[in-house]
Amino acid sequence: MSLGPSFSRRTLLGMASGAAAGALAFSQRARAAGALEVGFLYVGSRDDYGYNQAHAEGAAAVKKMAGVKVLEEERVPETVDVVKSMDSMIELDGASLLFPTSFGYYNPFVLQEAKKYSKVQFRHCGGLWVEKDPKNAGSYFGYIDECQYLSGIVAGHMSKTKKLGFVAAKPIPQVLRNINAFTLGAQLVDPSITTTVIFTGDWSMPVKEAEATNALADQGIDVVTCHVDGPKVTIQTAESRGIYTCGYHVDQAKLAPKGYLTGAEWNWATVYQNFVAEMQAGKPLPNFVRGGLREGIVKTSPYGAMVPAAARAQTDAVKAKLVAGDYVIFKGPVADNTGKQVIPPGTSHGQTDIWLEKMDWLASGVVGKT
Amino acid sequence: MPAGMMSALALRLGAWPRARRRVIGRLAEAWLLPILALGAALLLFGGFVAASGADPADAAALIWRGAFGTWFSWQNTLQKASPLLLTGLAMALPARAGLMVIGGEGALVLGGLACAVIGASLAGWGESASAALFAQATMLAGGMAAGALWLMIPGALRQWRGVNETISSLLLNTIAIAVMNQLVEGPLRDPASLNKPSTPPLSPALMLGHVPGLSVHVGLAFGLVLCLGAGVLMQHTRFGFSAGVNSGNPRAALMVGIGVGRLVLIACALAGACAGLAGAVEVAAVQGSATASLAAGYGYSGILVAFLARHNPFAIIPVAILLGGIEASDGLLQRHLDLPDATVAVLQGFVFVAVLAAETFSGRLSQWFGARHG
Repeated sequence: MSLGPSFSRRTLLGMASGAAAGALAFSQRARAAGALEVGFLYVGSRDDYGYNQAHAEGAAAVKKMAGVKVLEEERVPETVDVVKSMDSMIELDGASLLFPTSFGYYNPFVLQEAKKYSKVQFRHCGGLWVEKDPKNAGSYFGYIDECQYLSGIVAGHMSKTKKLGFVAAKPIPQVLRNINAFTLGAQLVDPSITTTVIFTGDWSMPVKEAEATNALADQGIDVVTCHVDGPKVTIQTAESRGIYTCGYHVDQAKLAPKGYLTGAEWNWATVYQNFVAEMQAGKPLPNFVRGGLREGIVKTSPYGAMVPAAARAQTDAVKAKLVAGDYVIFKGPVADNTGKQVIPPGTSHGQTDIWLEKMDWLASGVVGKT
Repeated sequence: MPAGMMSALALRLGAWPRARRRVIGRLAEAWLLPILALGAALLLFGGFVAASGADPADAAALIWRGAFGTWFSWQNTLQKASPLLLTGLAMALPARAGLMVIGGEGALVLGGLACAVIGASLAGWGESASAALFAQATMLAGGMAAGALWLMIPGALRQWRGVNETISSLLLNTIAIAVMNQLVEGPLRDPASLNKPSTPPLSPALMLGHVPGLSVHVGLAFGLVLCLGAGVLMQHTRFGFSAGVNSGNPRAALMVGIGVGRLVLIACALAGACAGLAGAVEVAAVQGSATASLAAGYGYSGILVAFLARHNPFAIIPVAILLGGIEASDGLLQRHLDLPDATVAVLQGFVFVAVLAAETFSGRLSQWFGARHG
């Protein structure tokens, strides 16, 4: 009895110190290289064919740069967990540039961390950095509604029933802006086109997304797109129902070879590589980065083979104008779907207009309620 | 322990009175079985890590480092453990009275919502320290009350309508989350919360701070105190004894005159209060407002904690710290071995299954100790 415990305690201690030494060696190896440690935090899976994968593809582009070590953590909840994950990347791995990529991370968590670690740079996706926020924090986002607008034009050409569908997570400004842009794009082709929207209530609800897509198909809708974290379910369900789809976040053509028309994609590689390059050059990082097609922050999926030349020509023409920066999507007159005029004739709201970030209406032709 | 040593031990024990041998047997069961189960789970996990192409020894070293290897890791572990202490109690307390209530997630969410609403309406109280303290107490009490009322529903349905409490509490989780989302996106929404619907933020003066000397919020202290209190309640009071009788045989409990209805309702209310407090702490110490992020799954993790602790409130403390540690090491595993996030879920799953399997041996060890030289 007396031998047992002391023996096992010693073994345990030995194991513990061995483990600690191993871990120490591990971190020293990482630091010895003198590489810039860049951390990415995702709220979902890195391979979700959606929001998180788009960021992970950006991280993969950073990995290819010299002198950089990329740290990734997926499925980090928007709770104190994200604080602890950031702490851990900084304290245990020596990260000096962090990209927390989920919207809900910004306030209060990223702001708290930026105050706590003033030497570490934080750049957050989707947040709205303002002057009073810490100078080592910042936000970046893209005007992806430009691509949704282009998808809408293609969808308008392809739809025979003149009824489009949209599977959406929540009626928040970013989502409403995409729904409206998609609809306005389609109405360039035919003003009588409608978009039926179904809100699932949350960012990742695979069962509801499938049900919603099926419900849309049952109503005779023949082109569907979505704004949820992982479009995989929507795209695959639509493909199995034999209707067309427009993708979101990343290229989903592989999931729907017969029905994938085009899609609105992020191009985070540009943003991340720019940030990292500036950090390596010792330059101050910008606090507020926004952009659309012109800045290369968003892009469109290649057209599916079924998209005819006429549709491509019209879409390409609008795209060229957007890239050149002389096209406005939200210009009056625009009425909402209750008949109220929301943008009077002669008024234009360009992409950088903050008014658009507070959108709380659905355009005329959208079937659904905010 | 090698078999030879075991029998030598039993021989020595043989000289002891039978009653004491039984106690030793029971203690061995309480400690040895979970430890053996944990060992088995770690071995299985090692196999899993090797199969995913990483070195199990590296993984073990990283788990150790991320969970307990440094002071920083310890704090991280304690932080992850703190909600689990409370949600573990939310499962364990009714279980001690014979009810399998798994509604901790719903009670947590509504507790958080109540806290946020009360906190927003007491915004002006932050000006003086004593008023702020009173406001914080009111917020936490409100959260506990909301959780308690919520979990009394499955208790009452079971007691008086014969509805299975496991199913009803599970469904009530869904309802609670839907109610919270509806209110947060509708009538209670702060108009300034554009892309992340939430209630108006609490005034910073009303936010709860850290445990002194740690970077862990005070939820940890609440959890520890409540686990100890619940342990005393369940192990050393008439209430706890009555609960045990009801759990063992409800008819016998009725026969000996225990007020079963009251007992069940109180056990459910205490459980709901614990989960509601966890939600209130999430709002008052972490989020600053009620949002969809409240439903982070702590209520469900609490079920695992309570089962591993065999519904013993004292045992919830080490179990929550262990699971907190496993979760705290998640990041390191992902970052250094390029393993997916699901890796720690696999480890937790192995632990859960191994402990449940070990349960089937319970009773045999004490028999084995008691039978020798009897």
